[in-house]
Amino acid sequence: MNLDISIAPQVIFYIGSFPVTNSFFWMIILTLTIIIFTLILRYSFKMVPGRVQSLVEILLESGYDFVKSVIGTDEKARKIFPLVMTMFIFTLTANLFTYIPGQAAVVLNTTDGPVALFRAVMADYGMVFVMTMITVILVQIIAIMMHGPFGYIGKFINFKSPLSFVLGLMDIIGELAKVVSLSFRLFGNVFAGEVLGSVMLFLAPFVMPLPFMLLGLLSAVVQAFVFATLTLVFVMLASEIEEDTLVEQASM
Amino acid sequence: MDPEAAKFLAAGICMGLGAIGPGVGEGIAASKALEAIGRNPEASGKITPLMFVAMAICESTGIYALVITLIILFG
Repeated sequence: MNLDISIAPQVIFYIGSFPVTNSFFWMIILTLTIIIFTLILRYSFKMVPGRVQSLVEILLESGYDFVKSVIGTDEKARKIFPLVMTMFIFTLTANLFTYIPGQAAVVLNTTDGPVALFRAVMADYGMVFVMTMITVILVQIIAIMMHGPFGYIGKFINFKSPLSFVLGLMDIIGELAKVVSLSFRLFGNVFAGEVLGSVMLFLAPFVMPLPFMLLGLLSAVVQAFVFATLTLVFVMLASEIEEDTLVEQASM
Repeated sequence: MDPEAAKFLAAGICMGLGAIGPGVGEGIAASKALEAIGRNPEASGKITPLMFVAMAICESTGIYALVITLIILFG
C-alpha cells in the first residue's frame, strides 16, 4: 500500500521563509468563509427572519440555552458563550468542510512531489494544540481570579495532611493531563477519520467507504460538540468556589 | 526479528489492546443512558448530550493508543 499519510501537514509554498502548509492554507480559507458569511448575515438582518437567518438564530439560541444550563447563571453564560460557540462553529466547519466532494483530489506540484492542497484543519496537531492552550490558560486565569493567587497555589501545594499533599500533587498532574487529553481527542478522531477514509477508498473504491464516511460525519459533529462542551465544563468547574472532586474525573 | 515486522506487530498489539477499555466503557455509558431514557423519555434531551461527552471521555484512552499506533506506522 502506498498511501501518502503523514502526521505533520505538508508545506505547499513559502512566503519569505514562512512555510505555508496545506492545513494552514485551508484554515485561512475557512476563516475567510466564516467571516464573509457572518458579515453578509450581519448586514441583511430583518425583523422577519429568512430561512438562513432563522437557522442561525435557532443554532445560537439553543447553544446559549445549553451553555446556560451547564454553567448555571445568565451572567456567567454571557461571558463564556462567545468563546465556546466560536470554538464549536470553527471546529464544526473545519470538520464538515473535509466532506466537500472532490476537494481531496486537488493536488499541487511542488519541488517535493505532489502535495494535496487541502487537509483537514484539525488533523494538524499544531492547530488543535493552540485551541487547547487557549482553553487551558483561560481555565487557569479563571481559577486564579476566583480563588486569589494564594488560594490557587494552595489548591496544589498544601501541608494540611499527607493525604491532601498527595492529592494536591495529583491535581497538578490532572491539569497537565488536560492538555494532552483535550488535544489528542480531537486530533486523534479527525486524523483517524482521514486515515480510515483513505484506507477504505484504497481497499474498495465503491460503496464500501460510504458507511465509514457517515460515521465520520457523525463523529465530526460530536467531536466539535465535545471539544466545546469540555471547554465549558472546565470553565464551569474552575469558576465554582467550592472544592470540586469532579475536576480529576473530567480531565482524564 | 526484522525491525519492520516488529513495527507492524507493535502497532497491531497497541491498537488491539487499546481498543478493549474504551469499548467496554462506552458500552456501559450508552447502556446506562438508554436505560435512563427508557425510564424517563422526557429527559432524553438532557441525557443525550451528557452521554456523548461521557463517551468521548471514555474514548480518550483508545485515542491515545490510536495516536501511538499511527506514530509507529507513519511517524
